[in-house]
Amino acid sequence: MENQILVDYLPLAVLLLIAVIIAVIIPVLSLNLGPKRPTARKQAPYESGMTPIGEAQRRFPVKFYRIAVLFILFDVDIILLVPWAVSFRELGYYGLVAMLIFMAVFIIGDVWVWKKGILEWE
Amino acid sequence: MSFGILEFLKSLIDLTVFDYMRGVWGDQRFVEPVLDLIGALVVSTFCLLIVIFLIWLERKVIARMQDRIGPNRVGGKFGLLQTVADVLKLLSKEMITPAAADWWPYNLAPLLIVIASLLMWAVLPFAPGVLGVDLNIGLFYVLAVSSISVVSLLLAGWGSNNKYALLGAYRSIAQLVSYEVPMILSLLVPILLASSMSTIDIINAQTVPFILVVPISALIFFISALAETGRTPFDLLEADSEIVAGFHIEYGGMKFGMFFLAEFIGTLFMSGLFATVYLGGYRLFGLEEFVTGGGWALGRLLGLVVFFIKMFAVYFVFIWVRGTLPRFRIDQMLNFNWKFLVPLTLALVLMVAVVEKLPFMASLGDVSRAGVHLFANLLLGLVTLEILRRFARKQRMAQEEKLAARAAVNSGSEPGNLAPEAVAAH
Amino acid sequence: MGNPILFLILAAVAVIAAVMMVRSRNAIYSALFLVLNFVTIAVLYLILNAPFIAMVQITVYAGAIMVLFLFVIMLLGAEKLQGFEESSKGQLWIAAFLAVVLIATFAVALIQGDPSSSGAVAGLDSSPSNLGLHLFKAYVFPFELTGVLLLAAMIGVVVLSRNSAKRGKDA
Repeated sequence: MENQILVDYLPLAVLLLIAVIIAVIIPVLSLNLGPKRPTARKQAPYESGMTPIGEAQRRFPVKFYRIAVLFILFDVDIILLVPWAVSFRELGYYGLVAMLIFMAVFIIGDVWVWKKGILEWE
Repeated sequence: MSFGILEFLKSLIDLTVFDYMRGVWGDQRFVEPVLDLIGALVVSTFCLLIVIFLIWLERKVIARMQDRIGPNRVGGKFGLLQTVADVLKLLSKEMITPAAADWWPYNLAPLLIVIASLLMWAVLPFAPGVLGVDLNIGLFYVLAVSSISVVSLLLAGWGSNNKYALLGAYRSIAQLVSYEVPMILSLLVPILLASSMSTIDIINAQTVPFILVVPISALIFFISALAETGRTPFDLLEADSEIVAGFHIEYGGMKFGMFFLAEFIGTLFMSGLFATVYLGGYRLFGLEEFVTGGGWALGRLLGLVVFFIKMFAVYFVFIWVRGTLPRFRIDQMLNFNWKFLVPLTLALVLMVAVVEKLPFMASLGDVSRAGVHLFANLLLGLVTLEILRRFARKQRMAQEEKLAARAAVNSGSEPGNLAPEAVAAH
Repeated sequence: MGNPILFLILAAVAVIAAVMMVRSRNAIYSALFLVLNFVTIAVLYLILNAPFIAMVQITVYAGAIMVLFLFVIMLLGAEKLQGFEESSKGQLWIAAFLAVVLIATFAVALIQGDPSSSGAVAGLDSSPSNLGLHLFKAYVFPFELTGVLLLAAMIGVVVLSRNSAKRGKDA
């Protein structure tokens, strides 16, 4: 038996190939058409006309990190719901109850996070 | 079957050309890869060319909404060739990599984002039988691919080695990542109703378009699509007036053009996805199965036209929103998501699941079931509005109390510092 | 395994990406190689006839977890990570020992395992609806436990963030 999944996903592989070729061609084309006259001033970082002061890649507020962690939790939660949604018809009431318990636990955590003020953006 | 030029042309119009070529070539190993290659080329070329038109359309429509004329010089009275000229200009510009930039992340980012925006089109059905590939995980594939573009933005912001770029990248990530949650959750509703993630199955399940069945889900998807594509009112990640274009500030010429290209392809794709998932895609009163005499089956062509009309109607709403709303602040953007959209979508998913399993639902036909869902949705909408109104009133009263207290303090301790009228005007 | 050549290429890419990730001096480059590694492994899942798992791999790991990693790198400042390895000298030996244990486990599994069982796995219907049925019928208890696990993670977020907020106030 030929691996059916490879046959099914062949169009994706082909589209990926074409997309990569296009994404490479565009800058290469521009590289050949455009002038090349680099100067120090031109290659300096843009800072509204000022000379940049200090490092650009410096530390940043932890609140962004908090958003990322929250996102992962929600992401995993929703991804677990996806197979449930697809097989919802066949699962019957049993599936509904199982999901409701799962969601109840999650929503309790969600409410708690909200009450603790983690969602505030100072 | 032998090759006939007339039959070939006819199959081109019928959009059955792939089936025809399969018949001509027979059962050989090279057939499918070659057809896939042609299909991929057609889709990619379409994406690249349609962007030229989209940019012109957006400039023209926005100009009209703002009581301007818009492009009207290059290419006739309507400035049709303006974007072509812009593309040529971008192509002939110098490619600059800033001296301080990290070469690999900086140059990889625009490539990645263009690749991701092109890859998404594989699962979008243009007409009956005309789509890249019908995956049983179709919608999930879209989400997976779009999560790659998040990495690309972070690379661009970091690799540029610029304060504005990094700040823009943080904002972008916070926004894209946050709004992905209501987006997937709202898509769960059509998945649940169709019992499938395949785009074809979802279209087939829409005897009544899902926008009339679960309008709240459609609205939430539209809002998160606005945020995911970074369009007004969620354009704070570019915010020209504060962080001068955000993560792509250090990109010039065609590298900037690639971010621009990906943004427009992404927006059109989201319009197409909305049309597919909520407006019934190519379906319109069975028009897509239309067959005329003489062996002409024009259904596919009509389906294609229907789909494009729907897609561009949604796209027009995207532009309309841009012409109407001002920009959010970052705290407003995040609060709106985490404290409003996410709880609302969670409630919606639970409600739809419960309604779908109500004892009498199994005996109802498609249309009456849609009616029950619609009723439940409207109820949820009303409840939400009522909660919002109470919340707003409470906030307003708190605000007024605070002002009144301040006015009392001001007039008490520092008389003459502020005129009473000035305090009242606060 | 459907196509041994494809598998070998992918495996080679995955291993090289992993090695480059460890070897790379720049933390951002390490993260990029890790993305490459994740995506290759996703394709491996795909040829094992598990498209849903493959997409989860890309969405959660290459998307979400990667963003978290990049945020951590930026949180610390990428340059600060250099010269880190000198601080723990015994690490190399411990790592070598653990690697030997891992290889030994694999070897035992390969020798004692039943090669025909892998064919049975590949033949399963891996459509998302079948996955959902299995998840909710046979594995419903672990599924509910995952919910509790997510709750624990949320508590972790709250505790960590509150600590940092307090410290910020003291400073």
